Amino acid sequence: MNNKKFKILAVPYIVWMLIFTIIPLALILVFAFTDRNAEGFRFTFDNIQFAARYLPVLIKSVYFATVATIICLVVAYPLAYIMSKMRLNHQRTMVMLVMLPMWMNFLLRTYAWMSILETNSGFLNRFLSIFNIGPVHIMYTQAAVILGMVYNYIPYMILPLYTIMIKIDNRLIEAAQDLGCNTYSVFRKVIIPLSFPGITSGITMTFVPAVSTFVISQLLGGPKNNLIGDLIESHFVSGGEYNPYYGSAISLLLMVVVFICIGIFNQFDNEEMEETLK
Amino acid sequence: MENNVIVSLKDIVVKYDGEQVLKNISLDIHDKEFITLLGPSGCGKTTTLRIIGGFVTPDSGEVFFDGKKINDIPPYKRQVNTVFQKYALFPHLNVYENIAFGLRLKKVPEKEINTRVLEMLELVNLSSFGRRNVDYLSGGQQQRVAIARALINHPRMLLLDEPLGALDLQLRKEMQIELKKIQQALKITFIYVTHDQEEALTMSDRVVVMNGGIINQIGTPQDIYNEPVNAFVAKFIGESNIIHGIMHADYDVEFASKRFKCLDKGFNKMELVDVVIRPEDITVCAPTDETINGTVETVTFKGVHYEIIVDSFGFKWKIHSTKSAKQGDFIGMNFTPDDIHIMKKSDSSPKFNMISGEATVNE
Ligand SMILES: Nc1ncnc2c1ncn2[C@@H]1O[C@H](COP(=O)(O)OP(=O)(O)OP(=O)(O)O)[C@@H](O)[C@H]1O
Ligand SMILES: [Mg+2]
Repeated sequence: MNNKKFKILAVPYIVWMLIFTIIPLALILVFAFTDRNAEGFRFTFDNIQFAARYLPVLIKSVYFATVATIICLVVAYPLAYIMSKMRLNHQRTMVMLVMLPMWMNFLLRTYAWMSILETNSGFLNRFLSIFNIGPVHIMYTQAAVILGMVYNYIPYMILPLYTIMIKIDNRLIEAAQDLGCNTYSVFRKVIIPLSFPGITSGITMTFVPAVSTFVISQLLGGPKNNLIGDLIESHFVSGGEYNPYYGSAISLLLMVVVFICIGIFNQFDNEEMEETLK
Repeated sequence: MENNVIVSLKDIVVKYDGEQVLKNISLDIHDKEFITLLGPSGCGKTTTLRIIGGFVTPDSGEVFFDGKKINDIPPYKRQVNTVFQKYALFPHLNVYENIAFGLRLKKVPEKEINTRVLEMLELVNLSSFGRRNVDYLSGGQQQRVAIARALINHPRMLLLDEPLGALDLQLRKEMQIELKKIQQALKITFIYVTHDQEEALTMSDRVVVMNGGIINQIGTPQDIYNEPVNAFVAKFIGESNIIHGIMHADYDVEFASKRFKCLDKGFNKMELVDVVIRPEDITVCAPTDETINGTVETVTFKGVHYEIIVDSFGFKWKIHSTKSAKQGDFIGMNFTPDDIHIMKKSDSSPKFNMISGEATVNE
């Protein structure tokens, strides 16, 4: 009814977004296309050209993030379904357990993984050596990086899936069984289509942070597994390669790639949706 | 009748959290009949239906379909379809696709699906609604989609769980007739659940009256209404006056401190019984020594009849009559031996409260 009041309520949010979203984006845009020399700022494409040299790293990051997202989805989907069918107090415990790691600093957790995976003295290999297996070399491989990503971002996959699944009415599942669905077709015809919004937001919420992963990749993957996030970081921290112009250009490139990925994904998503409706 | 039993329940027990919600239910359902499970909320009607549908496995007892035990057959392999209590239409599918659901699973050719869905839409009067989103349908329309979605699979048996519960009176009456017509046209067995006794009496070939997880009586609507087996059934099916009585001998009963002739026999001498008299079987007359007499307390116009409450020594008699009476008048109540129904005392017999004179029934 009272539209004006609502508009006033929106003001703080708009100001917030202006300061912390729009302005930084604008700054990145400006930095990415400018350079600074004795005469001051000038417009240039050099930064972008420079960033383009890192295309292979970018592709690698997208590849890692895609693999990690798929693993997250495959692991999280059944878990979210099982959680949604548990008794209510068990559900709460499970949600807590899923979120618990998020309360700890991710650096700490990554160091913990390092000491688990360590080739010579890690927990894993010490455990395996009891059975005369190993040592396995996981540390400083691609697998270690993907493991780190899955471990870190899987809550962002589980929670949206779980949230959507508890809303699926059990009677719909019974209705489907009544009309001739076995367990497999109940999933295909009812549960998956109805949990699509959860799948979409889960994938987005996992893929986007995964593709810009940094530190985790350095610590678990070593220098040869540096990802685009690490590159950006190195251009913004002082010392070393400090150069916010290059950094911004790489960031911009990453953003464009993320947009394209999500665009492709949504396209695929719509088709999939129509397919399952048949 | 024996050989055309389609579903048979034998000594079914279902427990939830250690509590028995079905206590030894046995029931034979005949092919092509319209049978109704009737009883108050929580008496186990839905649970009984879910056993037949395959959604509940009994803790003990056996379920037979066409003479074959089906206790462990999952729902999707049973020749039974259900119209659920709240319809449970698929929100991600439109009306057409909801109805086509079962046929698509069976991989029926597209052309046949199309003709059968259109046929069903016609049957339930929704021909122009195929492309509609199910969320935007009215209650009655959703209901009809649910029926079409079940019937398109040509089930041997349709289970309907209070399908008209959410509809207004007018629509409910229309749908009752509609459903009965469909059942007769398609010649399939309907198992219908309701707690509305009028609905049960008008639609069914047979009625199963349930209370507290047990079956009280199975019979035709006429049987159940005219010869209720106990006070609970009498009270639940239609309105009735239920009063304590004593059988002095066969055909001789005492109640309200008077002796009456009746048509019942086979009770012990001086056995305590429940006496049931329907309000519409009582006529108002001049008070005499032979009649039960009392003072007219209230008169309410109910449309087709007047409801007259008469106070006789603390017991409130209910009379349905097309003729009115004057409040405060001292009148007599007349009924024939045929109108007196004698039944054995049971757990659900009224506890007669001498002070208020109200007879109450445990439900
Ligand atoms: N899944 C369940 N878990 C625990 N108790 C249940 C469950 N399902 C039913 N009950 C209990 O079993 C009893 C019978 O339930 P049921 O649903 O069969 O009743 P109903 O006759 O269909 O009632 P209504 O007319 O209200 O639908 C109730 O007391 C109910 O609380
Ligand atoms: Mg019910």
